[in-house]
Amino acid sequence: MSIDNSTVKKVAKLARLKVDAKEEQNLKNELNNILEWVDKLQKVDTENIDPMLSVSNEPMSMREDMVTSKLDNKQILSNAPEKKAGFFVVPKVVE
Amino acid sequence: MEYLIEGKTGNWELVIGLEVHAQISANSKLFSGASTDWGADPNSQVELVDSGMPGALPVINKHCIDQAILTGISLNAQINKKSIFDRKNYFYPDLPQGYQISQFEFPIVGKGHLNIEIDGVEKSIGITRLHLEQDAGKSLHDQDIDNSFIDLNRSGCALMEIVSEPDMSSPSEAAEYVKKLRNILRFIGTCDGNMEKGNLRADVNVSVRRKGDELGTRCEIKNVNSIKFIQQAIEFEARRQVDLIEKGEKIIQETRLFDSNNLETRSMRGKEESHDYRYFPDPDLPPLVLNEEDIEKLRLKLPELPDQKKSRFIEEFGITAYDAEILVTEKYVSDFFEQIVEGRDSKIVISWITVELFSYLKRKNVSLEESKIGPEKISSLLDLIISNKISNRQAKEIFDEYLKSDVNADTFIEKKGLIQISNESEIEELVEKVLKENPKMLEQYKSGKDKLFGFFIGQVMKLSNGKANPKMVNETLKRKLSL
Amino acid sequence: MTDFSKLNITSALLGLKNKDFKSVELTEYFINQINKKENLNCFITKTFDKAIDMAKKSDEKIIKNRELGSLEGIPITMKDLFCTKDIRTTAGSKILDSFIPFYESTVSQNLWNSGAVLLGKTNMDEFAMGSANTTSFFGNVINPLKSKNNDKDLVPGGSSGGSASSVAAGLCLAATGSDTGGSIRQPASFCGLVGLKPTYGRCSRFGMVAFASSLDQAGPITLTVEDSARMLQSMVSYDSKDSTSSKKEIENLLDYKKSDLKGKRVGVPKEYLLDGLNPEIKKAWDLGISWFKSVGSEIIEISLPNTESALPTYYIIAPAEASANLARYDGIRYGFRAEEKSDLTRLYEETRAQGFGKEVKRRLMIGTYVLSAGYYDAYYLKALKVRKLISDDFSKAFERCDIILTPTTPNVAFPIGEKQTDPIEMYLNDVLTVPASLAGLPAISISACLNSDSLPIGLQIIGKPFEESSILSAASLIEDLRGF
Repeated sequence: MSIDNSTVKKVAKLARLKVDAKEEQNLKNELNNILEWVDKLQKVDTENIDPMLSVSNEPMSMREDMVTSKLDNKQILSNAPEKKAGFFVVPKVVE
Repeated sequence: MEYLIEGKTGNWELVIGLEVHAQISANSKLFSGASTDWGADPNSQVELVDSGMPGALPVINKHCIDQAILTGISLNAQINKKSIFDRKNYFYPDLPQGYQISQFEFPIVGKGHLNIEIDGVEKSIGITRLHLEQDAGKSLHDQDIDNSFIDLNRSGCALMEIVSEPDMSSPSEAAEYVKKLRNILRFIGTCDGNMEKGNLRADVNVSVRRKGDELGTRCEIKNVNSIKFIQQAIEFEARRQVDLIEKGEKIIQETRLFDSNNLETRSMRGKEESHDYRYFPDPDLPPLVLNEEDIEKLRLKLPELPDQKKSRFIEEFGITAYDAEILVTEKYVSDFFEQIVEGRDSKIVISWITVELFSYLKRKNVSLEESKIGPEKISSLLDLIISNKISNRQAKEIFDEYLKSDVNADTFIEKKGLIQISNESEIEELVEKVLKENPKMLEQYKSGKDKLFGFFIGQVMKLSNGKANPKMVNETLKRKLSL
Repeated sequence: MTDFSKLNITSALLGLKNKDFKSVELTEYFINQINKKENLNCFITKTFDKAIDMAKKSDEKIIKNRELGSLEGIPITMKDLFCTKDIRTTAGSKILDSFIPFYESTVSQNLWNSGAVLLGKTNMDEFAMGSANTTSFFGNVINPLKSKNNDKDLVPGGSSGGSASSVAAGLCLAATGSDTGGSIRQPASFCGLVGLKPTYGRCSRFGMVAFASSLDQAGPITLTVEDSARMLQSMVSYDSKDSTSSKKEIENLLDYKKSDLKGKRVGVPKEYLLDGLNPEIKKAWDLGISWFKSVGSEIIEISLPNTESALPTYYIIAPAEASANLARYDGIRYGFRAEEKSDLTRLYEETRAQGFGKEVKRRLMIGTYVLSAGYYDAYYLKALKVRKLISDDFSKAFERCDIILTPTTPNVAFPIGEKQTDPIEMYLNDVLTVPASLAGLPAISISACLNSDSLPIGLQIIGKPFEESSILSAASLIEDLRGF
C-alpha cells in the first residue's frame, strides 16, 4: 500500500498537525518507506489467531463508587494558557 | 394505526431508530473519583482523567458496570461476559483526552427488546446494544464574543448509550419508546431520567421510504432533550426528506441539530467534517470480564419493572388495566399509590388518585413529583372519608384548598369546622327541629307529596352548615316521617 | 575520607548508616559534579534546593535512626516523564515546556517514601520516541564514554539518555528510566550500566507521561546489579490508580543472591543471530554463554520464530497508541499554545505543529494512518495478532528454559549525527529489545565486556513474567565474571 499527498493531508488533518508543502513531501516519502517495511507482516500467517488485547491476564481492578477527588479548580486550571472565570478559554466554536 | 406521510407523489413510510444517552446515577464518574453532583462551580469536579492531564489513568467504577448490567437485564438483553473499552478519537475542546473511552465492537450488553403500547396494541422494539462511555465536558458559546468557555465538570460522567433497532414508524411510537425506556431506568434507579438537565437525551435516526422498499438514507438528529422535541424533530425531518426526494434530490447522510424555536432541523456539516474515529481497544483498560454469578446476583436485586407491577396491581387490587397503566407510567406515581393503598380500600384510593388528584395536577400543569404532594396528604384525607368524618362531597369541595394548605387533613377539617355530625342524637335533634319549624310542608308531605323529602334533607343540611352526615340524615328523616 | 566517586547505592547506604558522611554532603558532591559536567546536557530541570532539603530530612532520620527508608539519603535522578509535584515535567517536549504537575507519579512517590533524594529531571527523547536521545526539544545528551580511537561525542542511547548518562558520568547514584521498546536497556548498554525493565504491570504507570500504554514500564538504571534490585524494590507496587497494575505478590528482590545458577536452563534464541550483528557483539554473546556454562547452567538452543516480525509490529502498535495518547496536547488546558486566535482547528494544528518535534510528528502520522478507516485491519489488527504470536513464542520457549540470554543491541554507542538520516535504520537499534517489550516480559541489560574501541557491549537477559529476581541473579553472574 502506498500513500499519496492527499492521504498525507488527510492524515495530518486527522492528527491536527499543520504540514507545509515541503514537510508533506518528506512525510510522504518517509511514511511510504516505513509502511513498505512494516508490510512484511502481511506475510505472517495469523489465521485463527486472536489479537492480543491485554498484556496481563489479571482481571481488571475496579473502584467503589465513592467521591475521592481532592482536586480544586485552581489546580485544574493552574497550567491553562488562557482561563477566565473558572473556565478554560478557546477561540469561539461555531456550532 | 399506520402512520404515513402524504407526499405529492404518494404516501411515504417513516423508519426511526433511537440512540438514547442516559447518565448513570452514581456518586462518582465512570473512570475517576470526581463527584457527579449538579451545579458546582466550573471545573471544580474534575479529576486528572477528566481533564486529560499527562500521566492520568482511568480506573472503572464498579457501580456503573452493575447499573449497565441491571439495565441490560430489564431490557431483556444479552449480558456479554467479555466486553472491551475502546478509544474513540476526535478533537474537540470539551473532550480533554482527545478521545472518548467508549465501547465499540464488544459492548457490555447485546440484543434485547422493549415493549411499547400504542392505542392498546403492544409492539416490540428491538434493542441493538447498550454500551458504557464517558460523557464530554460542556462548551459555553454565548458568554463572550470571541471565545468559547470550557467546563469539564460533566467530563467523564458515566453514560449508557442504548441503541434501538430502526423499529419505530411514527413520532408517537418514538415518544412511547423513550417514555417507556425512561420509566424503566427510573424504576430500577440506573438513571434519574431528567431530560432538562440532559441526563437523558436522544440521537434520532430518521429515514423515509415507499412502503415495502429498502431502507432509505438516514439522517441523525443529535442530542434532542425532550419527548416533545423528539416528536417535533421527527415530524419536521420526515417532511423535509419527503419534499427533497419528491423534488428529485438525494438525501445526504449527515448529522443534524433540532432547533426547538423554529421547529426545524439543521445540518451540522461544519463540525463533523471527515470524521474517522479510529476506534481501537484502550490499552489502559484490560477487557471487562463478568461471571455468571455476579450477573445472577444482580438479577435477583432487580426491582419490579413497570409491566410486572401493572399485572400485580390488576391482580392484587382488582383495578382495571387502564388504571394500572396510568399508575405505572411513572415510578413516583406507583410508589405513591402503593404507600396509600396499604391497608385502605383500593377502589376509593384509585378513584381519588386517578380522578381527583390527577385532574387537580392537570389544572395546575405540574407532575405529581413536582407538586410536592406527599402520600400522607392524600391518605389522611381518605381516612376521614372512610371513617365518615367527612363526606365524599365535602372532601371534593375542599380538595383544592386543602392541597394548597400545608397541614394534614385532620387539622384542616378541624380548622374549617367541617367535622361531620355523625352523632345520632344530634342528628335526631336537627331533624326534629326542621320538622317542627315547617308544619305546612310536613302536612303536604304526609298527604302524599313525596318530593318534599328532598326539601327536608336540604333544610337539615343547611341547619347543620353542611356538617351532618347525609346518610344518617336520610335514615333518620325516613324513620321520623314514617311515624 | 570517602571517595564519593567510587560509591554505589549499596556502599553509600552503608556509609550513611555508619555516619561516615551525611546525605547533604553526598548531595552537595553530586550537585558539584552536575555543574562541572554541564556539557553532557543530562538535565532538563535541576532541583538542587529540593535535593538539599530532602537530604537534610534524611540526615535527621538517620541521626534519630527512625523510620529509615530503604534508600534513605540516596541522591538519584528522574527521567523527565515522571510527573513530579510542583516541579516542571516536560517529557522532552516543547509542548510541555511550561507544565508543572500538581500531582506525583506513583513510582516517584514510592522513591521519596523510601528516602531517595531528587537531584533533577533528566533529558530524554521527546515523549520517549528515539534511541539516541537526539529528538529532545532540550538538545542532545552526550555519552560520558568515548571511543579510545577518536574523540567524537557519542550518543548515550535513548530514550532514557539523560538518566543513563547521569549515572555513567557519576552525577548521581542511580536513575529512573522508562522502557517502551528498549529505552532503559539500550542506553544502559551504551553507557556500560545495568538497566532493568520489569514485567509489564509491576511498576505503576500512574503519573508517567504515556507513550505507548501497553508497553511502557518504568525501571532503574544503576551501576550495579545489587543497586538495580534495591532501586526496583522501591519503585514497584500494586497501584489502584493503574488498571493494568499487577496484584501479584512482590518478591524480595535481594533474594536474587540466594539463587543458584547451577542447572538453570539458559535459552539462546537462534533468531537473534541477525545478519547485521556486529561480530564483536556476537563474541560478547558467546563469552556470556561460556560464563553460564562454567557455573553449570544448561545452555539450550531455543527458537523464537516470529522475532523478525517484532520490530514492524512494534512500529505499528506503539505509534497507534501514541497517536491517541498525545491527542491531549492541544494547547487548551496546559502546555505550549500557538499564537492563533482566529479559529479552533487552526489553533490545534499550529500548536501541535510547533509544539512537537519531527520524530514525534512522524510517529503520530503513522499511528493515525494505521488506525484510520480502511487500514485498521491490515495494520493495527494484524499487528495485535502478530503480537500474540510473539508472546506465544516466548511462552513456548519458557517451557524449555528458565531465562533467555541475548545481546541488548546490534551495535555499540555511535557518534552523534550518525544513523539518523533514515528513520528505519534508527528503529533497527531496538530490534533485540522490542520482542520482550511486546510480550511484557522482564529484561535486564548488563555490560559484559568492552569492544576494540573500549566501548561497552551489553547482554540482555529475559525472564518469565514476574521473575525479576531470576534475571537479576543471571546478571550478577556476568557482573562477577566479566572482570571489571
